[in-house]
Amino acid sequence: MRGRAPLLAGGAILLALLLCALLPGVVAPYDPLAFDYAALLQPPGAAHPFGTDQFGRDILSRTIAAATIDLQIALFATTGPLVIGTAVGLLVGYYGGVADAVFGRVVDLVVTFPFLVLVIAIVAVLGPGLGNMYVAVTAVGWVFYARLMRGEVMVLRGQDYVSACKVLGYGQARILLRHVLPNAARPILVYWMTDMALAILLGSSLGYLGLGAQPPEAEWGVLIADGKNLFTQAWWVAVFPGFAIVLAGIGFSLAGDGMADLLDVKR
Amino acid sequence: MTAPLLDVDSLRVTFDTPRGPVLAVDGVSLQVGAGEVLGLVGESGSGKSVTLRAITRLLRRATVTGQVLWRGRDLLIQAEPALRAVRGREVAMIFQEPMAALNPVLTIGQQIEESLAAHGTLDRRARRARALELMDLVGIAAGAQRLGAYPHEFSGGMRQRAMIAIALAPQPMLLLADEPTTALDVTIQDQVLKLLLRLADELGMAMVLVTHDLGVVAETCSRVCVMYAGRVAEAGPVADVFAHPRHAYTAALLRSMPRPGPARERLAPIPGQPPRLDRAIPGCPFVPRCGLVEPRCPTHAPPLVPVAPAHQAACWSSARVAP
Amino acid sequence: MLVVGPGGALTIPLLEAAGLSKRFPLRRPALDWLRGRPAPVLHAVQGVSLVVNRGETLGIVGESGCGKSTLARCLVRLHDPDAGTVRLDGQDALALTGPARRGYNRRVQMVFQDPYGSLNPRLRVGDALAEALLVHRVVPRAAVPARVRALLDLVHLPADAGGRYPHEFSGGQRQRVGIARALAVEPSVIIADEPVSALDVSVQAQIVNLFLELQERLGLALLFITHDLRLVRHIAHRTAVMYLGRIVETGPTEAMFTAPRHPYTAALMSAVPQVDPGARRRGPAVRGELPSAIAPPPGCPFHPRCPIAEPRCTTEPPALIPRGLPDWPVACHLASAPNARDAP
Repeated sequence: MRGRAPLLAGGAILLALLLCALLPGVVAPYDPLAFDYAALLQPPGAAHPFGTDQFGRDILSRTIAAATIDLQIALFATTGPLVIGTAVGLLVGYYGGVADAVFGRVVDLVVTFPFLVLVIAIVAVLGPGLGNMYVAVTAVGWVFYARLMRGEVMVLRGQDYVSACKVLGYGQARILLRHVLPNAARPILVYWMTDMALAILLGSSLGYLGLGAQPPEAEWGVLIADGKNLFTQAWWVAVFPGFAIVLAGIGFSLAGDGMADLLDVKR
Repeated sequence: MTAPLLDVDSLRVTFDTPRGPVLAVDGVSLQVGAGEVLGLVGESGSGKSVTLRAITRLLRRATVTGQVLWRGRDLLIQAEPALRAVRGREVAMIFQEPMAALNPVLTIGQQIEESLAAHGTLDRRARRARALELMDLVGIAAGAQRLGAYPHEFSGGMRQRAMIAIALAPQPMLLLADEPTTALDVTIQDQVLKLLLRLADELGMAMVLVTHDLGVVAETCSRVCVMYAGRVAEAGPVADVFAHPRHAYTAALLRSMPRPGPARERLAPIPGQPPRLDRAIPGCPFVPRCGLVEPRCPTHAPPLVPVAPAHQAACWSSARVAP
Repeated sequence: MLVVGPGGALTIPLLEAAGLSKRFPLRRPALDWLRGRPAPVLHAVQGVSLVVNRGETLGIVGESGCGKSTLARCLVRLHDPDAGTVRLDGQDALALTGPARRGYNRRVQMVFQDPYGSLNPRLRVGDALAEALLVHRVVPRAAVPARVRALLDLVHLPADAGGRYPHEFSGGQRQRVGIARALAVEPSVIIADEPVSALDVSVQAQIVNLFLELQERLGLALLFITHDLRLVRHIAHRTAVMYLGRIVETGPTEAMFTAPRHPYTAALMSAVPQVDPGARRRGPAVRGELPSAIAPPPGCPFHPRCPIAEPRCTTEPPALIPRGLPDWPVACHLASAPNARDAP
């Protein structure tokens, strides 16, 4: 059923994750770093709902604590591309001309390579770590936002109400910021939400490869990597952080859907 | 009086929408005789296009009741093969937007020949010859070359002529035209309407012309059927109905038309809007906008009764209506 | 140029265009580029001259491709004409920049054809009107809400309309909002580009009546562009007929309707379906298709379809000049002053 359901469901999931991220000490039942030699590799049970790893660390607490990093990744890896991409797309889409032709070639270039490969290449050059990952993602990711924005703006600039603004003598800045941007924003914001889910996956992939968050920073991808060698004896070490990624992805998707409805002024 | 070719009786069309059932056509009856040109006129939402499509069973997700007698047989209960024999062959249809009705990836020639192949037994050469004849008939110059052209290479008026050629290929007895000239420029509209009239005359074809423009009706039709909110308000010979309207709506519609008169005179539009069709309307649907309301109008739907020879109106105040 | 104003005295026209031309270069297929053929050009407007006086309505009629919309956009400077001048109160408008240009915008406003695309869907109606008032500082900020209500009242919309979004209104109501927005900056001239073409017939009449009323109350000059000849008769004092980018005849509406001087005007009048079954014609008013504006015919643009074309018409474009009747220029070699019997 449409309506508020996606927004509420997504919002609830994200709120829960946010709580984990902001107050891990309160939410987590155990100290994520605490070793417990008495409870090594415990399967999920009453005392440890997600089980423990080879050092006796509670997986649930580790997963909760990792939320901080992952949500940070979701935010920092997407905000840069959003802002840069929106600005470039807005100007290029509205004015066209040589800038548009150049932009087209840039897009062609970036799109030729798989996104992950480009990011890994840049991180390999700059060195592993979250900071460099943010740089890499921003350097490549803005193109997708810009392309989306450009498409929306090109449609809007032909609309009569934009012409009406020109006839009314409004300045370019006012037309762009007050009339074009708000009407182009909806698909960008929805894409942003989806991108946040993808950013977490990216961060986790890089973390799994050892190129993202570095120990002792725990992030879901790193947790999965930690658990990969134990998969046959203690599947829970890798699987539960994986569920967390899935949950975050679902939360962002639903929230994005709900936001699309919310922003639709016609409802 | 000979039996009419097309005899529609108490046609009722209900659409199933998310907001509930919508009664688009409510008990419409009309007849078309051989060689007659009937104008079906009304505002948007009056049900005129739906009526036309119901006749050839082109509607989906709609419940259609009543009778549509084509040469004595009820089209609404015919099986598919029998229906297909009628559609296109005996009853043809042309639409408002020729670009939407023509297949953009086939040449005009291919589409005409397809129509001929579907409904006739001519061989390839005969079909080609007939296609050329049709191009000539509808006034497309350089027919031989134009047969190889695609729809997008034609102008609006030409496309409409091409659509007429395709529709007329199997020599139908009745042409249903759904606002065929609304999207065209004035001079082109004039050409296409005159063409339709000439063809109806030469080929002895009957025609039902759906339009919202009373001027078009006056110029082309011999009889008119005025529709409002899914019902027939008035029907009769064009000259009679226009000179002596007997339904309050017809009179108001005629008065609201821009007409030659003192320059820059205010127009007299009908106040208000057509009614919503998702709710049942017990009495006459025109009541909220009518200037001649009688006490029984809101509660008792007026029946369509004769008010003059071959002229019917569904209005309690029929006697008081002045043009 | 001096004209006879409504009062009978000689005066400068309010808005005057002379020799306006606008071309649009089109994309050239690669093959043509290789062959060195020049890029095709769409001649949308060619040498158009017209005059709009205070308190008067000039109707512009024509079929598709005649250039009337492009002309409208040139007059409000949405397009920059390639040639010709536009003068407002005698001042050259095309050279204006900066604040002077905004001043021109304030005096010459436009109402658009599409009620569904001419309003910002995310802006409440009242906010859209307020924005126009604030940007041009029409009234002090404190007086804006009252002025918005007054504008809504002027176009017969309820006072609470200001708080609603465009999608909550019908097509006709949205056009009223568009008109209110144009009126907000207190223009002297409104250019209405097919303002009722997208509306239902009965709503068309309401909007036309509104224009008539506003013209009387506010003394506006109105340039009313339409393809519907029946409507223009009800609103225009004078009418200009356009064909393929040129004006072929400009004259007093009523007289022109009864006795058109250009063959195209005559054909146009004749082609309009009249609600009088007795006045039926057998044949079409004019034969042939509308030629393309990319390759207009030489000489008079109408000659391929003209029933009275002469050899001169195929080579020599006729100028838009009075030809015998003052204030009624016609672009036809064969037009002359009607004799005393036909004179209006």
